[in-house]
Amino acid sequence: MSATEVLRTPHPLDFDPYKVGHGEGGGHDYVTGHGEGGPASKRVIVGYGFWLFLLSDIILFSCLFASHAVLQTATAGGPTGPQLFDPMSVALETACLLISSFLCGLSAVAAGVRNQLWTQVFLFFTGIFGLAFLLLEVRDFTSLVARGASPQVSAFWSSFFAVVGCHGCHVTVGLLWLGTMMAQVYFKGFRPNVMRRLVCFNLFWHMLDLIWVALFTIVYLIGEGR
Amino acid sequence: MPKSVADARDKICSLGVGRALVVVCAAAALGGCSGGILQPQGPVGAAGAKILLNAVGIMSVIVVPTIVALLVIGFWFRASNTRARYQPSFVYSGRLEIIVWSIPILVIMFLGGLTWIGSHQLDPFVPIASNAKDPPLEVQVVSLDWKWLFIYPQQRIASVNEVVVPADTPVHFFLTSATVMNQFFVPQLGSMIATMHGMQTQLWLAADHPGDYYGLSAQFSGDGFSGMHFTVRAVTHDDFQHWVAATQQQSGPVLDRNGYFDLLRESCNVQPFTYRNADPSLFAAVVRDQLPSGPGPYVGRAGPGVRPIGCG
Amino acid sequence: MFGKLTLNAIPFDQPIPLVAGAFVFLVLIAVIAWVIVRGHLPYLWHEWITSVDHKRIGVMYTLLGLVMLVRGFIDALMMRSQQALAFNAPGYLPPEHYDQVFSAHGTIMIFFAAMPLMIGLMNFAVPLQLGVRDVAFPTFNSTSFWLTATGALLVNLSLVIGEFSRAMWLPYPPLSEYRYSPDVGVDYYLWALQIAGVGTLLTGINFVTTILKIRAPGMSYLRMPVFCWTALAANLLIIAAFPVLTATLGMLLLDRYLGFHFFTNSGGGNMMMFVNLIWAWGHPEVYILVLPAFGIFSEVIATFSGKPLFGYRSMVLATMAICLISFLVWLHHFFTMGAGGNVNAVFGIATAIIAVPTGVKIFNWMFTMYGGRIRYDTPMLWALGFTVTFVIGGMTGVLLSVPPADFLVHNSMFLVAHFHNVIIAGTLFGAFAGITYWFPKAFGFRLHEGWGKAGFWLSFAGFYITFVPLYAVGLLGMTRRLQTYDVPEWRPWVLAAGVGVLVLCGALFCQVMQFIVSIRQRESLRDETGDPWNGRSLEWSTASPPPAFNYAVLPNVQGGEPYWQIKRRAIESQQLTAEPDYKPIELPRNSPTGFITAFFCTITGFALIWHIWWLVGLGLFGAYVVFVWFAWRDREEYVIPAEEVARADRARRRAREEWLAQDAAREEWLATHAHPSAQPVGQA
Repeated sequence: MSATEVLRTPHPLDFDPYKVGHGEGGGHDYVTGHGEGGPASKRVIVGYGFWLFLLSDIILFSCLFASHAVLQTATAGGPTGPQLFDPMSVALETACLLISSFLCGLSAVAAGVRNQLWTQVFLFFTGIFGLAFLLLEVRDFTSLVARGASPQVSAFWSSFFAVVGCHGCHVTVGLLWLGTMMAQVYFKGFRPNVMRRLVCFNLFWHMLDLIWVALFTIVYLIGEGR
Repeated sequence: MPKSVADARDKICSLGVGRALVVVCAAAALGGCSGGILQPQGPVGAAGAKILLNAVGIMSVIVVPTIVALLVIGFWFRASNTRARYQPSFVYSGRLEIIVWSIPILVIMFLGGLTWIGSHQLDPFVPIASNAKDPPLEVQVVSLDWKWLFIYPQQRIASVNEVVVPADTPVHFFLTSATVMNQFFVPQLGSMIATMHGMQTQLWLAADHPGDYYGLSAQFSGDGFSGMHFTVRAVTHDDFQHWVAATQQQSGPVLDRNGYFDLLRESCNVQPFTYRNADPSLFAAVVRDQLPSGPGPYVGRAGPGVRPIGCG
Repeated sequence: MFGKLTLNAIPFDQPIPLVAGAFVFLVLIAVIAWVIVRGHLPYLWHEWITSVDHKRIGVMYTLLGLVMLVRGFIDALMMRSQQALAFNAPGYLPPEHYDQVFSAHGTIMIFFAAMPLMIGLMNFAVPLQLGVRDVAFPTFNSTSFWLTATGALLVNLSLVIGEFSRAMWLPYPPLSEYRYSPDVGVDYYLWALQIAGVGTLLTGINFVTTILKIRAPGMSYLRMPVFCWTALAANLLIIAAFPVLTATLGMLLLDRYLGFHFFTNSGGGNMMMFVNLIWAWGHPEVYILVLPAFGIFSEVIATFSGKPLFGYRSMVLATMAICLISFLVWLHHFFTMGAGGNVNAVFGIATAIIAVPTGVKIFNWMFTMYGGRIRYDTPMLWALGFTVTFVIGGMTGVLLSVPPADFLVHNSMFLVAHFHNVIIAGTLFGAFAGITYWFPKAFGFRLHEGWGKAGFWLSFAGFYITFVPLYAVGLLGMTRRLQTYDVPEWRPWVLAAGVGVLVLCGALFCQVMQFIVSIRQRESLRDETGDPWNGRSLEWSTASPPPAFNYAVLPNVQGGEPYWQIKRRAIESQQLTAEPDYKPIELPRNSPTGFITAFFCTITGFALIWHIWWLVGLGLFGAYVVFVWFAWRDREEYVIPAEEVARADRARRRAREEWLAQDAAREEWLATHAHPSAQPVGQA
């Protein structure tokens, strides 16, 4: 058999034995996998990638939550959480974050209809409430330290300040990002890349709110219940 | 199932060639005359070594034929071999898949059983069943920078870098650390266990016969780590009583709080010595973090080129 | 003003780091001077340093990995020689120096040699194999590389300014806490890894997005090459595991810098928590290292056997099973910490379970070779060496997974031999196989076969001569990280391992010569067609090296092994498919963002290590300014006009047509004559 004859006989691989759901390989060659139509759009790619980043951030927070759970009782004879937590302050902080998230959502709506003024207004007040949250938290921290519950006192307080502080750092970075986005929207308008970044910012801000809900549940409420 | 380590060794060595087996044989042969973990001198070590060799044997059943097959197939199907049959469409075989998945699964199930039973029987916290008439000897172990402290609470004596025990008697170790993590390990007597500050671990060991057994720390603990070896001296029951009495009557140092603070200071390559009197509540105080932990190098003074005190 | 930094930081009283540092410094100066004087700087800046092209970034990653491999190997040489000399003797490295050497060896090899090598090869090959133009986030890709380089720079800087960590490659507290390590070494380690960790996390996000969202039309999941599947699994592991490392090292940093009590001896700290967290990262990390290597071997074995990979779906299933189970086994790294029979047994069994998909992969590679026509070019030699050696390493791993056995050999040289067995046979051999395999694609000429094969055989022999004695001495009770020892039975084995590392020196020499000779003889090693190995996946359909846009028109994929189908159809019909309709192509513009961000991160890291707080603020501010400046640019892409695309692609098609003209005659000859093993298909 010459080479060309060998090559011209139907090749067993012609039917592709690896098609999903077609064990015998017969039938049509239309495979119902993703990527059928080629690369996804930029909007999808950016959003997907940012979601992956948020998931990785959740894992970061999970480690801090886990360490706080492990160190719940490690107060080394010093003050405990329930003794010193101020539930009113926590409630106020929660309200600030929830309101700022709502306003952020409104800014997304305004951006969706390309309204410069209202986008800026809602973004601005998102930032104000975020800042209020931060100031309340700083006040909380200083009051705790003044009452003898600094992170250097025991492992429990170390983990408390780390997990709540990490969230606060994320909010701070978020506010910095917010300011930058406001400037970008103002100077560049609602270009596609600016819109993609606004979507990412929105995701980030709402995720911070979600983390806060988990945080005050695990740190304040469950800790309180103990 | 082989009944002793020696049997296991012979059985495995007779299974044939295989790089891994040759290694194990060679090591075992050398281990036979030089005191490694494959030449255990106590029941715990013997049980652990038996499991190790059994596991090697079980896995060799797959590993050796696999390596041989890889080499044979790699050689036979080389492109210059015209006698080999070229089968470019041999890309899937359901039957082969089933075999290829099920053989490792079966071996793992077997090993899993071995793991489950062995992990429970040989858990360091589980006591050794003993036929000896005497109750187990209690020894408290504290790892320091960079030596081992052994306290005999019932005899109220202590020793550093050497632990004398009666042979053929279970020894119940309680372990903690004054500083950083270490691992208490006597290769010929059996398993190792970590020592950690503020926590207490336990270990049961026994030596079958009198002799000197090398012990070391198996967790790096700082610049003096290499000097953290000690000797387990197993002696006859009478000799042990004599040693206890002699230690109590010598004019040596006393292990009270001050003696302990002296010992806390960094030192390396410490020659073995004993304390004629040891405070039996000392160990509990160390575990409960009622005593300061060991100082580090130049506490408070940081900078490049920090050296530990007292070590070369 | 300068924090803790004083002139005392330079080790004037220690000859070894001083001489080493001076040597490296001189070489660096010489290289930089040569680059500037010869006028290569603009080229380097525009084409490489600011490049966002995945192929360039892949090459740079690989180069970083190779350089750091040499640095880590020198550390290994020092360790082996110290142990060879230090029987009842102090050796030539005092403890405080030796402890830095082994800590640096582990840190550099894992984070700055093995990871960059794997990431570099994934960077280069994955977009090409998927039939697309670049990864999802090209500028992040560049940033990832430069941040990794920053980490490597900081670690190497510790050689001459200050000292490196003496607390092992995983800094267990309380040893790594401020109390027991008040020196800057642990800080160097921590900040280098935090910075490089950000880079790696970005890579993970980049590649998962690319593999799941950016593929050629028609390339469904089950039509992707297996290397892309293993890259997907490895990058999923990166996304899930590296935040754990960041969090854990972050907690240690809080302890050291701000007096927190996460892991300290006092204040309720829990050192066992560190051990658990760090190995929850650490175990997925070793699978991040080895899974891409598995993928490389799948590609190499299939190509050089002249057959498709056996059991494709099985391989995919095994890969994803390994990905998942690798998160369930971390406790096997510390069975001896006293978790009790139940916990130890569960994790031991889980560890043994993960051996099943790995074993399946070995068998599938074996059946790929079965019935093939195996050509033993250098990549295939590495592959066969890997399969045989890795099986032994896997066996000792399963042995270590049985807790009672582990109680006897934990932290011993047996363990050291095991993990070197799997990492060298897996990751390192995989890196060399991948480099030799894809080098012609990247640079347009093959590597010299003779030196490559010599390098392989010396590596193979050197590995066994070094590490089999270490297995033996581990069974004799020797623990790891000993600077000196006094047990006579250990001595002959330690000496034998010392001889082995000299053989590995020879291997290193051959590898370096391979590159030098290949570059000098590149014309005679030229890859004219772009397919030097008779490849099966899409990257071999491009020219060598591919143009910036990879594919003039994204290929339309209709089955597995798309390039093999294209090739067969071309050979059968004796012509290429019709010339496509060339359109202009938009590509992302190069950007100095990655480089400048890394520059500011280097400054910030250095300042944090030496407590120069004003400089920290400056560095962070600089990094923020770079982000904003990058975000402000108006033109993110540039356009390659259709004529240029057409020109490049027509040149490629001409080369293919010439090859095709010779090929039919050759195929005939192949079918009826014996095939000499070293004949690469497609060379004149």
